[in-house]
Parts: sequence; structure tokens; C-alpha cells
Amino acid sequence: MRQTFTKGFTRVSPKKELRILMVGLYAAGKTTILNKLKHGEILTTSPTIGFDVETFEHDDINFTIWDFGGEDKIRPLWRHYFQNTQGIIFVVDGNDRDRVVEARDELHKMLKDDELGDVPLLVFANKQDLPHVMTVAEITEKLGLYSLRRHRWYIQSTSATSGNGLYEGLDWLSKTIP
Amino acid sequence: MAQPFVKKDDDRDDEDEYSPFMGIEKGAVLQEARVFNDPQLDAKRCSQVITKLLYLLNQGETFTKTEATGVFFAVTKLFQSRDTGLRRMVYLMIKEISPSADEVIIVTSSLMKDMNSRTDMYRANAIRVLCQITDGTLLTQIERYLKQAIVDKNPVVASAAIVSGIHLLQTAPEIVKRWSNEVQEAIQSRAALVQFHALALLHQIRQNDRLAVSKLVTSLTKGSIRSPLAQCLLIRYTSQVIRESVVNIQTGDRPFFDYIEGCLRHKTEMVIFEAARAITELSNVTARELTPAITVIQLFLSSSKPVLRFAAIRTLNKVAMTHPMAVTNCNIDMESLISDQNRSIATLAITTLLKTGNESSVDRLMKQITNFMSDIADEFKIVVVEAIRSLCLKFPLKYRSLMNFLSSILREEGGFEYKKAIVDAIVIIIRDIPDAKESGLLHLCEFIEDCEFTYLSTQILHFLGNEGPKTSDPSKYIRYIYNRVILENATIRASAVSTLAKFGAMVDSLKPRIFILLRRCLSDNDDEVRDRATLYFNYLEGDGPVVETEESVKDFLFGSLDIPLGNLETGLKNYIQDPSEEPFDVNSVPKEVKSQPPAEKKAPSRKPTTGLGTLPAGLTSSADAYENLLSSIQEFASFGKLFKSSVPVELTEEETEYAVNVVKHIFDHHVVFQYNCTNTIPEQVLENVTVIVDASEAEEFSEVASKPLRSLPYDTPGQTFVAFEKPQGVPVVGKFSNMLRFTVKEVDPSTGEAEDDGVEDEYQLEDFEVVAADYMLKVGVSNFRNAWESMGPDCERIDEYGLGPRESLAEAVNAVIQLLGMQPCEGTEVVPSNSRSHTCLLSGVYIGNVKVLVRLSLGIDGAKEVSMKLAVRSEDGNVSDAIHETVASG
Repeated sequence: MRQTFTKGFTRVSPKKELRILMVGLYAAGKTTILNKLKHGEILTTSPTIGFDVETFEHDDINFTIWDFGGEDKIRPLWRHYFQNTQGIIFVVDGNDRDRVVEARDELHKMLKDDELGDVPLLVFANKQDLPHVMTVAEITEKLGLYSLRRHRWYIQSTSATSGNGLYEGLDWLSKTIP
Repeated sequence: MAQPFVKKDDDRDDEDEYSPFMGIEKGAVLQEARVFNDPQLDAKRCSQVITKLLYLLNQGETFTKTEATGVFFAVTKLFQSRDTGLRRMVYLMIKEISPSADEVIIVTSSLMKDMNSRTDMYRANAIRVLCQITDGTLLTQIERYLKQAIVDKNPVVASAAIVSGIHLLQTAPEIVKRWSNEVQEAIQSRAALVQFHALALLHQIRQNDRLAVSKLVTSLTKGSIRSPLAQCLLIRYTSQVIRESVVNIQTGDRPFFDYIEGCLRHKTEMVIFEAARAITELSNVTARELTPAITVIQLFLSSSKPVLRFAAIRTLNKVAMTHPMAVTNCNIDMESLISDQNRSIATLAITTLLKTGNESSVDRLMKQITNFMSDIADEFKIVVVEAIRSLCLKFPLKYRSLMNFLSSILREEGGFEYKKAIVDAIVIIIRDIPDAKESGLLHLCEFIEDCEFTYLSTQILHFLGNEGPKTSDPSKYIRYIYNRVILENATIRASAVSTLAKFGAMVDSLKPRIFILLRRCLSDNDDEVRDRATLYFNYLEGDGPVVETEESVKDFLFGSLDIPLGNLETGLKNYIQDPSEEPFDVNSVPKEVKSQPPAEKKAPSRKPTTGLGTLPAGLTSSADAYENLLSSIQEFASFGKLFKSSVPVELTEEETEYAVNVVKHIFDHHVVFQYNCTNTIPEQVLENVTVIVDASEAEEFSEVASKPLRSLPYDTPGQTFVAFEKPQGVPVVGKFSNMLRFTVKEVDPSTGEAEDDGVEDEYQLEDFEVVAADYMLKVGVSNFRNAWESMGPDCERIDEYGLGPRESLAEAVNAVIQLLGMQPCEGTEVVPSNSRSHTCLLSGVYIGNVKVLVRLSLGIDGAKEVSMKLAVRSEDGNVSDAIHETVASG
């Protein structure tokens, strides 16, 4: 009897689940981040044609992360997955000064979509292990994050290869998402 | 006893109530598909919804672009589920909904991941889906994985990769061709299906390389194929190789025949049947080769499995067309199949029996058919009607009972195609069996009294107009015809008026009565009917505006348009597009037939079906085409019935400026050479094309007419004809040399217009000969002994000849067959290897329609000297002599 009761109890109050989309220009390091989070190691990756979806647990929270390819052909398809999304991770290559404008345009275009509502935005300023990277402040400026009104946002400097900053970012998301 | 009955009812109720697909409706299912977006996926529920979507798609339901896109992206979200059953449904759904290329790209990574998954089922299915949605660029990325998959130890994965290869071969052949090594390894797989698929792919990769296919067959027939399905394929490929290779004349052996014959003893029915069928379809199959195949097929006839019975009877049906004698052994088995529950089997049994049966069994068969006609569908009835038609031509004496049968089924219910088949059969029987004419015409008359098909009524009325006046009592048809004028629609009324007029023109005694009837038609409310009636009325009366002679009236009524309808149509279209004050002039329409007779073009692609027994179908139809062509040319119309047309003889090398071949048409008093010319130079048009024939080495022939070709544009074959007179009935031979003469004009390639001025030119063609064989039709007999006995020894001529030293007996036999141009019977043209003597039976029809049978007995001695005894029987002693003359001078 007692056992049945416990079982019933866990069903009523399930573990917290978070459904996160991870997007960004290609070669920003999204798949590497996902592998690091899921497997804890760095695997060789090839460009993601489409998406990859992984579930892992962190701090008693189940994260389902949808990692989308960043190539031109795939970007218009992201929007089909906005529904029911609870948070966005936008990954920027901190070393790529040439494409930061393109990244900004893509980010703002995406956030205009009504389907996303006011979901929180986490920006990973990635590849901070490389020399001569842009600082977090510089990236914040260049991505025009201050102009965002609807979305709460947070920018975290990360290095996918070492794993630095990844969990800090996730912690912010789990705190912010109700 | 009652219980099962009740139970059955219960079952049906259950079905009604619980059918999972009851009341599935698109709108509702699309609503349900929202579960795919749920944060907490219910795998079972999702699988059910996909099942419903698949059901809808397979029922032919269409989704709008938005709906399809919505469903597709929702389904892709299910990749987050770890449920294997659901994943499988996802694969299916992606394949079925086939989204556009720019959308489907979204699943690429997921599929590539699954393709390398540890789960076999994921690997196999992901490969199939990926290969279906992939384009060339992606294929190069995944090629490495596909090659691995082909040799995967899991058969499901290997098959998936190989089958995908078969599909991809259509779109990316260069890539798939690189997989040969892996596919070859897969052929050795222990899994039956992998072996089967791998063999199919390997063959497709090599199919354009004849040598490679031959090598493949050579190595595999030595025996590493265990899968029955693969073995069936191998038999097919082997037959293909046999078809393309040459029979060893020396021994009469075919390559690989032993392998196929060995398969007749295989333990799987599928393989046995495939082998037997392959043997029956060999070109020029001999009786010796056929026998074992027919024996195993005969066993299948009494199998308990309907599919085997069907396969067997269907094959026999085909064999019966070419080798009726070989099938007669199965007659008893086939007769019991007439009552088979499966109507397809029964129909095939009947039609096969009709082909193999002899004269005495016709009546019995007809009785059985009558009982069963009402049970079968129209398409099968048509098959039966066609079989009866050919039976009637085979046994003309039986026309009465066969005609009665046709007329009785004509009265029954039936669709247009069926009725048309019956009418066609009756018309053909009337044409070929004079005795059947009167009764046949009356049957047709009765039919049009109550015929719902305008097309058939008009066709019959036309036929009646041509044949009716020539019967003993033409007046009895008038009532039927005039009834049409009273009762039918305008189209039929118009035909009936024409038919009446034909009777009036041909039968003087009926003329006054026809006048009265035609006069009544003058006030018909349809323009066409009235016009025709007026026209004929005036013509027949002879006091119309144009006074015509008796002869030209008949010509007008019965003469056919000597212009090809296609040309007339083009002419009229051009006239309408560019109308002028001038009336349209029929004489301006070119009379040359633009395209070659269709049969000629088809001939090479047709599988050679020459065998004993009957003429190959291709030959008959081309003979018809020739006859039509020649009779449409005024100059040759008086030559009478065409006896034989030879196969085209090339008079030019391949790939020369002008390609010319000649067909020799033999008539009683005349020969007509038809030169088929093709101009292969785009910048030229040839005009006034003729062939100048030098017949100085053909003394008994004298040129009587020639018909130049007005214009020969680039790549449009045209014909020019030359006719010679020759002594009647005598097989005169001779050699003809030919020169193509024409006016050549330059054509401006940009406008296609020819210049005004041309230059006369000539072009030397090769010589050809009219030989004795041209006077002989290859017509087989099904039972040589019977035919020989019934011909009797009255006009038999026997003589002996020495043929001199020869390579072999087979070569000597071939030479004599070639010389005489006759049809070898019962497979006797094949000489067993190493035999010292051989008897060969030949049959044919000699000019003048004289049947000829020949029995050749040959012997060869140690010095390869061949001697021959030639026995000829025919209906005419002169003809028997002529055959000997041919051999003596050959």
C-alpha cells in the first residue's frame, strides 16, 4: 500500500522539465556544447544538417536541448520549433568579429516571432579560450542586447572545450524560468 | 452446425463496431496531431495518431501544403522520444508525407545519427528514409556509411542499404557503381533476402555491359546462390544472356541451358516454375528442350495452390500459341481446370484448349464454354472470343457451330470492347470463309436491330454495304438497313443511307425499291443524312448535274480514299490556318506514307517468337501493313493479292548519307520492289527520288511501272517503288543492280526552307537477288505426319542429291532450309551433335497458294561428304518438280 502511495505522489509532482532551443550561426560551437553537457566530453562534430535533440539532467532538472544547425538553409526552419519552448540559448563565436553583425540580425529577427512570447534568452559568448576574443561587454554591445524589451536576457562567457561557464548559464535559465 | 453460423455473425458485428479505422476524418486527425507538440510525449498515443495519418494518406486523402508542413515538423519533434516503436512510425511518416526538399533537410542530422545507431532497426530504417530524401551532395557524405551497411552482419540493415542502392541508381548511378565490391560480398550472404537484393543491384549496375552480365551469370550459375528468390532472378538473367548469345550451330546446344534445366529439379516450386517458364520462352526452342519443362508445368496444373495452377496454365497458354503440339499432353489436366473455382484459371484453360484441341474436340469444348461464359468478366470473354476466331480459321469446317456460338453471345449483355471483339471475329470469319458469309451477315443484321453502340452499327452497315450486294439474295438485308433509317440516331442513319446506295448501285433489280427508300430520306431532319440521300439519289438516277458513267458511280461509292488520312488531316489543318479564296484541293495532299509501316519499326524490339506451328505475329501484321500500302497505290492495285513480302534487305552500309533497304513483294504476275529510303543529311532535301534498276541479269523480268518519291526530307523515311512483270507461277530468279537517282536541294538549317534550285545526282546501291525462297511462305503445320499422310503420294517427287563436303550436318541442313525458304517443323532443324544422319521436316506455301511439305534425309560420311534424299509432297506435281529444280540449281 505504502509503495503505491509514494509512486502516486511522484507522479503528481514531477521533476522540473525544461525545453530549450539552442541556435546560432554555424560553427559557433552549439553541437560541441551539447556533447559536453550530455556526455561530458568533446567529440568531433560535423555541421548539423537539421537538428539534434538531447536530454540530460542537471541539478535535479531535466533539460531537453534542441540543437539546430546554423546554416542559411536551416535558419528559416527554426521557427517551426518555437511553440512550447521555455528558453533560448543563442551561441556566438566570440572570435568571429566578421559575422557578429549577421548574428545580431538573426537574433533580433528570431525574437520578433510571436510564437516565442517572452521566453528568456541566454547568450553564450563562446570560444573564450581563444586569444583575441571579443569581451562579453563588446558582444553585448554588438548584439544589441540592451535594446531588447520583451525578453529577459543574460550573457555568459563560455568555453565549450573546457566546459567553463556552461552550467552557470543553465543555472540562470532554471532560476529564471518559472 | 448452428453454432459456427451464429459465431460468424458475431464476428461481423465485432468488425463493424471495433474497426480501428472507422470514421477517421482528416480534420479531426490533424487536431489530434497536436499531441506531437506536447512537452510530455505519450508514445502510444502518438503512434496511434501517426497510424491514422498514414491511413488517410493511403486512402488518397490529400493534405494542403500548410497541413503537410505542420504535420511534418510536428512529427520531427518525436525524435526526442526514445520509444523504438514510435521512432519506426516517424520514419514511415517522413517517407509518406514527402515534404519539399527545403523542409526535409531538417531531419538529415537525426537520420544520420540513427544510421550509425547501435539499434539495428534504427540503422535499417534510417538508411531507407535518408536515401529516399537525399540529394547528390549529401549522398557523397553518407556514402561511406552506406557501403558499410551493405556488408552489415544484420540482414535487415544490409537489405535496406542494397535496396536503397537500387533506387539511387536511377538518380546517382556513378556513386552506386562504386559499391560493386561490397555488393558482390553481399551476394555471398547467408541471408536469403540480402542475396536476392544484392544480385538484383549488381545486375542493374552492370546491365548495360553485356559482357559483365555474362560473366556474372557464368560465375553464379556454378552455384553459390541459395536463396530461391535470388535463383529466380538468376534464371531470368541467364535467359537474357542466352537470348543475346548465339546458339552453337555445330551441336545445337545453348550456353547455360544445362543450368536452367537443372533448376527444374530444384526443391522450391518458385524456382522450378521460373526455370520451366524460361525454357518455354527461349527463342526457337526445340521439342527436345521443351519436353522436361512441360512435364513439370503439367504437375503444377493439378497443384492444390491456385497460384501455381494459374502460373502453369498461363505459361501453357503462351506455349500453345507457338507449339500447340507440345502442350497436347496436358489436355486432360487442362480440361479438368475448366471447372476450376478460379475463373481466371478456367478461362486460360479453355483458351489454351482451343489452341491445342483438334477438330473433333471442338464441339465438346464449345458446349463447355457456353456453360461458363456467363460467369466471367468481359475481359476474359474477349480472350475467349479471340481464341474462337483463330480456331475457326484453323478448322474452317467447324464454322457453323463457332458462328452460332458467336451469334448467341452477341445477343447477351456485354460492354463495348466485348461486343466489338465479337463483331470483329464475325467479320474476319466472313472474310476468310466464304461459306460463312450469308449466316454471318444475318447475325450481324440481327445484332444491329438492337445495338446500343453507334460505332459498331456504322461499322456493320459499312461492311454490309460491301458484302451484302454480292450474296445470293441481297433483298433480305434491305429491311434491316432501312429500319436503321427509321429508328436510329443521325450518325447511323447516314451510314444506313450510304449502305442503301451501295445496294442500289450493285443490284439492278433492287434499284427501283432503293429509289423509293432514298427519296423518303430526302426530308430527314439531319443535314448529313439529307445531303447523302440527295447525293446518292442523283448519282444513281444518273440525271444529276454531273452525268456519270456506271463505272464511276461504283468507284465513287466503293472506292477508298487513296490518300493517307494523316496527310489529309495535316493538309486540312494547314488550309484552315491559312484560308484562301481557292477551294481546298485534294490533289495537293501528298500520297506518300510519311512513316514506315509500323510493324517494320517494331520488329527488332519484338522478342523473336519464330517457332514451329504458326507465323510470328510480327510478320502477319507487317504483311497486312504492306498489303494496305500497296493496294493504296494505283499503279499496283491491279496486281491482285500480295503473296509474300520479304524481310528488308539493306542496300547501303550503315551510317551512309542515304540509308536504303528493299522489300521484295511477290505477286502472281508481278514483283514490286519497295525501296525504303532515309535521308540522313539535315542540310539536304531530296526530290523526285527514283531507283533505276538494271535487270539485265534478270532476263525474265520486265519493268512495268515505277513510283517516284516526290520529296525525301531529313530523317523522314519515304518509299519509292519499282514494279516488274514476270511469268505467272514460275519461280523466276534474277539479279538486280540499283542506282538511286534524285534531285538534291540545299536546306537552310535555320529556317528549314529548301532552296529553289537543285542538282541532279545519283547514288550507287548494292545489288540484290530474287531467289527461289521468295516464292515460298513459311507456314508451319502442327502435326507433320498427319499433314504428310493426308497430302498423299500422288504428287510426290523423290530424288537424291550430293551436297559435297560440308562443315557439318547442321550446316548442310541450314543451307537447304535457307535455299527453300520453308518453315522447319517440330524442331527438326536442330541437328543433334555428332549424329551421322538426320531427318528434317519442312512445310510452306508456294506461290499460287499450293501447300508444300518436304522431308529431307541427310547423311554425312567420314570425308564430310553430305548426301541428301529429298521427298516433296504438294497439291500440284509441277510445284513438287519446281522444288527439286530449286535444289538442283542451288
